[in-house]
Amino acid sequence: MFNMTKNVVTNLMTKSSTRLYPIAVRGHFEGFRGTLVCNVDECIFCRSCMIKCPSQCITVDNKAGTWTCEVMSCVYCGVCVDVCPTSCLSMTKEHRPVATERQTIFLQGVPKKKKKEEAAAE
Amino acid sequence: MARTILPFGPQHPVLPEPLHLKLTIEDETVVEALPTLGYVHRGLEKLCEVRDFNQMIQIVERVCGICSCLHALCYCEGVEQIMGVEVPRRAKYLRTIWGELHRMHSHLLWLGLFADAFGFESLFMQFWRVRERIMDIMEATCGNRVVVSVNVIGGVRRDLSPEQCQWIEEQLAVSEKEIKQLSTTILNDYTVKKRTVGKGVLTKEQAYQLGAVGPMLRGSGWAQDARQTGYAAFGELGFDPVVEYDGDSYARCAVRFRETLQAIDIARLAIARLPAGETATNVEGAMEDDTPKPVAAGERRDIMQAYNRDKRHRVTAAPPPNLDLPAGLVAAKVKGKPEGEAVTRVEQPRGELMYYLKGNGSKNMERVRIRTPTFANIPPLLAMLPGCELADVPVIVLSIDPCISCTER
Ligand code: SF4
Ligand code: SF4
Repeated sequence: MFNMTKNVVTNLMTKSSTRLYPIAVRGHFEGFRGTLVCNVDECIFCRSCMIKCPSQCITVDNKAGTWTCEVMSCVYCGVCVDVCPTSCLSMTKEHRPVATERQTIFLQGVPKKKKKEEAAAE
Repeated sequence: MARTILPFGPQHPVLPEPLHLKLTIEDETVVEALPTLGYVHRGLEKLCEVRDFNQMIQIVERVCGICSCLHALCYCEGVEQIMGVEVPRRAKYLRTIWGELHRMHSHLLWLGLFADAFGFESLFMQFWRVRERIMDIMEATCGNRVVVSVNVIGGVRRDLSPEQCQWIEEQLAVSEKEIKQLSTTILNDYTVKKRTVGKGVLTKEQAYQLGAVGPMLRGSGWAQDARQTGYAAFGELGFDPVVEYDGDSYARCAVRFRETLQAIDIARLAIARLPAGETATNVEGAMEDDTPKPVAAGERRDIMQAYNRDKRHRVTAAPPPNLDLPAGLVAAKVKGKPEGEAVTRVEQPRGELMYYLKGNGSKNMERVRIRTPTFANIPPLLAMLPGCELADVPVIVLSIDPCISCTER
């Protein structure tokens, strides 16, 4: 009948296990897959991330040099970060803030020049 | 006596476990139960025809939120079997560790929900507090709390550093102490016994004939566990299945409780014996390389320009410790196209999970058939219900640990 008495007393003596959420926010561990960040300056528009993403939320246009991500479809698996050859994708350990609307990240970079164009420019 | 047909659940398909039962009752006694399934069908098996076999890992992980790691493990073992990929020993041990962590957190979740089902709210919170530690381990080592995405074909994506191993052991020791403190309450308390002992009895013969799996089977006296087949590192770790003989809800509860402690032991043993070496294998195959050759790796800069971070998103409580991440994580690059068939079995927290995979030599699998433990446990459930009282139905249904989103994919 009084099996839990010891637990109850301990719980009363120790400090609470929960926190006052909006005031106190718990940090995340190192290596947490929080927000996907793309450093578009280093992106070479190779489209690997677009091909490998399981939820198909990244669209890369290598002609126009745009990198688009439907952040609401992202499942935070980190596959794109693993496959990016230039390491321009990374994940920070913060959650994305709560949003009230559908969001898309649209980044404009400089598209890669074709070899011919490069030769012509020189 | 007048018969009444009573619909039992689901109030809404997005609520947990939308299993609908049509109960025929006489007075207060259930005489027949008929299930209705199909409220949360998501067509994940069909997706395998359009996503390639590497992307399928993330998709099968999402079959079930609680045992995601084991779904991925089962799928990866199957594809590795088809393609003849040898997994490094360290990767096998790491898979075991994460698999057992998943078992712990699933069982603790269930023990909490079970306590909640018969109205023991404070016990529910005690169990979930312990579970939080396990979730923390998962977050610190895998990068996510529930859907961990660590298994890939040919190995695992993350490694454990010695600091992390030590920290996990400390956390497991504390959790074990906390779980043991609760053992008298969940196994000896008058209220708990009153609601569980002798309710929903599944005899040994019934369990065998109706094909029960997992804690259902072991609660009815069969010492059978898919881990005995020795997938991942279980062949080298050695363990005895937990068995109880009464076959009632109490026995199943006891099996799960003791399995939680056993999982802690197995995880500890795996950490202690963790062999050195690679965590992923690289096998080059015939598939044309659709990833470009790496250019000079630019330094990864911490750039936040793309996001307007919420200024209020501040961290006031003490952040968790920053554990040293092991350097130089290699992503496995298994290339090729699976051709052939494989059947793999792993032991999920709920029972035996079976995958049938068929590759036809293209990037997409031709067939991915998933048989989940709850699917196997529904016929025994229907055999258990007749004869019980209406008030015991929620406890009995919960005692099979139903995971309907698993069943319907
Ligand atoms: S984290 Fe996963 S789902 Fe999100 S964009 Fe990258 S690959 Fe796609
Ligand atoms: S993989 Fe990296 S470099 Fe290639 S398109 Fe994606 S972000 Fe750009």
